[in-house]
Amino acid sequence: MTALGVTGVVLQLLIVVALSPLLTGMMRQLRARVEGRAGAGIGQPWRDLRKLMRKRPIAPHGTTEVFRVAPVVLVATCLVVVAVAPFVTTASLLDPVADLFAVVALLTLGTVALALAGIDTGTAFGGMGASRESTIIALVEPTLLVAIFALSVPVGSTNLGAIVTATLDDPAQVFSPVSLLAAVALIVVIIAETGRLPVDNPSTHLELTMVHEAMILEYSGPDLAMVELASSMRLTVFLGLLANLFVPWGIATTGQPLLVAVAVLAFVAKVALLGAVLAVGEVFLAKLRLFRVPELLAGSFVLGLLAVGASFFLA
Amino acid sequence: MMSEQLYGQLLNIAVGALLLTAVLILWRRELSAIINVFALQGIALTVLVGLIALEEGSLELGAVAVGVLVLRAGVLPWLLRRALAGAGTTRRETRPLVNVVSSLMVAAGLTLLAYLVSQPLVALDPSPAAHAIPVAMAVVLIGFFVLVTRRLALSQLVGFLLMDNGITAVGFLTTAGIGVVVELGISLDVLLVVLVLQILKTRIREAFGDTDIDDLRELHD
Repeated sequence: MTALGVTGVVLQLLIVVALSPLLTGMMRQLRARVEGRAGAGIGQPWRDLRKLMRKRPIAPHGTTEVFRVAPVVLVATCLVVVAVAPFVTTASLLDPVADLFAVVALLTLGTVALALAGIDTGTAFGGMGASRESTIIALVEPTLLVAIFALSVPVGSTNLGAIVTATLDDPAQVFSPVSLLAAVALIVVIIAETGRLPVDNPSTHLELTMVHEAMILEYSGPDLAMVELASSMRLTVFLGLLANLFVPWGIATTGQPLLVAVAVLAFVAKVALLGAVLAVGEVFLAKLRLFRVPELLAGSFVLGLLAVGASFFLA
Repeated sequence: MMSEQLYGQLLNIAVGALLLTAVLILWRRELSAIINVFALQGIALTVLVGLIALEEGSLELGAVAVGVLVLRAGVLPWLLRRALAGAGTTRRETRPLVNVVSSLMVAAGLTLLAYLVSQPLVALDPSPAAHAIPVAMAVVLIGFFVLVTRRLALSQLVGFLLMDNGITAVGFLTTAGIGVVVELGISLDVLLVVLVLQILKTRIREAFGDTDIDDLRELHD
């Protein structure tokens, strides 16, 4: 149990930190190919990170500690979530932290830190990006909670590991209206939270539309590298949660090396597949008007709410 | 025959899809997308009736399921698409009486209301079909809501059909079939209503649709 817990935590941290920039690179490359461009290659995000890491850290005049601390908080919250979430193994070393509410709160803490940093710079874009991000996060967080809560009702526990284990024990649970509604709600929310199309366009710095990019406009050097790494990691975390909450097969429940190896492969394959679907799907989407975003998120919130309702009605 | 658990689960998925499509109709503005979702809902309803037919082992209900498929996933969406093609430039429900965010919230409230209202029905017979009644009832209420809050004739028509889908679902879930003759009568009624409303809509457009543009030109002059 503890041995598996320790290996699991170390493995999850290594895999996610090492592979999440590659995931971003893979998605960009895939998108480039589908659009008929050559693309920069899968390793480009890592090359960017290395370049940024070598630069001198610079902070704009007038910024306070909030600005300097934000990237650290962002990366740290991400790492904690990666360490506890049921990605490779359900037997987390820090079991109580792998709670639904704790994980969502940690992820939100990172976003809030970044939004505060955006305001701290005092520039027009930073404030604008922070205000937009706050609007989105205020709608995203309840939906995220409600959607996963719907899955936790049949299990009777908000522990993510327990939810995954319960699905493993009773595979038929996946094919229920609760999962159906919760999955749709969760997919919309993940797209909004990770700043992908149609909510935010990750590949542009267009001042009228940018959300995430506007907040981090003043960052450079190692700080920017950390923010970029964290946003890749968040994407991996969300896709991994989506994959393992609905299709948990392959995750290791015992500490046999073979099972753990299979679990690692399964996790990488699932996240890569989801990322590929997301990247190809984005080619066919246009960005939504900012004022239409609440509509999209309200819809996903209602679906999440209906999922909770259904988990009580149809049980 | 299939096992009781599998039957219950498949039934739940079918009613879940029914509810999901109802919310999607409320969510989308694009009329063509709404019609596609409506056709999907017809398929979900067919699956629901087909499952009940299998469970009851009734050939009659199987025939009704085929009828539901032809009418609700084939003929009605086709008629709606034709109406849309003839509707000119109004392809989106741009400003419904209640905005989309509020109407989605109302839909959540209506679902809870449906659950409260149908509690006595569920208590009568705790079978999987009875447990699904609140969801079908919610589809009826959402359909009614679409009917009263949309401005375009075509989306009101979809609201009416949504309500009818819900009523059919409630009928099958509560009584396990209300007889082929009754079902046939209702289906023909619905078809007739759609045809009549379509003609009415064309008339409305012919009578008032063009004058709008004339008014604009007069203002310009």
